[in-house]
Amino acid sequence: MMAPFFKYGMFGDETSLVVAFLIGIGFGFFLERAGFGSARKLMAQFYLTDLAVFKVMFTAIVTAMLGLTYLAWMGWLDLSLVYLVPTYLAPQVVGGLILGVGFVTGGYCPGTSVAATATGRVDGLVSVLGILVGTFAFAELFPFVKGFYLSGAGEAMTMPRAFGVPYGLVVFAVVLMALAGFYGAGLLEKRLAAGSGE
Amino acid sequence: MNPYLAGIGLGLVLLASFVLVGRGLGASGAFNSVIAWAVDAVAPAHARNNEFLAGYLGDGSASTLKSWLVFEVIGVFAGAMLSGLLAGRTKVMTEKGPRVSVRARLAMAFAGGMLMAFGAALARGCTSGQALTGGALLNLGSWAFMMMVFAGAYAVAYFVRWQWR
Repeated sequence: MMAPFFKYGMFGDETSLVVAFLIGIGFGFFLERAGFGSARKLMAQFYLTDLAVFKVMFTAIVTAMLGLTYLAWMGWLDLSLVYLVPTYLAPQVVGGLILGVGFVTGGYCPGTSVAATATGRVDGLVSVLGILVGTFAFAELFPFVKGFYLSGAGEAMTMPRAFGVPYGLVVFAVVLMALAGFYGAGLLEKRLAAGSGE
Repeated sequence: MNPYLAGIGLGLVLLASFVLVGRGLGASGAFNSVIAWAVDAVAPAHARNNEFLAGYLGDGSASTLKSWLVFEVIGVFAGAMLSGLLAGRTKVMTEKGPRVSVRARLAMAFAGGMLMAFGAALARGCTSGQALTGGALLNLGSWAFMMMVFAGAYAVAYFVRWQWR
């Protein structure tokens, strides 16, 4: 058992910031490679002309999930030391809806608006400014939303624990769901391409 | 790049983050730190009294900007810039439909950004910190969040379609 390395004290806070920068470079690189520095490419997902957002996102989720599961199963990584954002179901459901509406309105999500800005997209930069102003507004309004923000259990909760099923079974179900989704996405794209060619 | 190949690359970066530091990727948290820092610089007492911002300020021994996600997002900027330059995709332009004015498109980008800030703050994360990271960790709240992001986006996509025509 040795990972997560930082949690086992193999490097300190200062080094962790260097690691953060390097990991960010990889993150930004693959976001841009996927074409996600362009709002048109991202929005194609919601007009069903190109389902790359779904494909990239679920391939990434499955890759990281299988890697983690394998490392934990081999006893090389302590999964309980990996940070889980606590679950507050109601604000996360409402927050997800609002973010989804904002995503399709503005054309970017927070991470991709940074990638878009880095490749010269003015709308990406304006999206970043909108996020900054919105964050300031949220902070100022926080006393009014605090009650809702804190509604819920607020504990680290995984789906296997919540549903009382083995971890491996949920991993397997997610892989199956992703594969079915990839197959369906391919069919849908083919059908729509044929339809628009008339 | 092939979307599945890009997805594997992204997944391996996420896995490296879990293995190295025990946390995933993020974006909106960095914006929270920047705002906490800015408000603290202008009106320190106001920032300390704000429960949302105070959580990002720390004990004052180090700069608020010296946070993991701020450094990671600076890396995102650098990595995307590198990839864009290598591929010849870097260009100063506004992504929009041919019949839409730049001003209208930028107004939508700004409005979308503001909405996302509220959504991400309420949900304690965005598509990176919640959907992607929490998705791989089978986090219950993250999966609920992710489905709602898609639901919200598909629900209003029709009404904002004009900016791409």
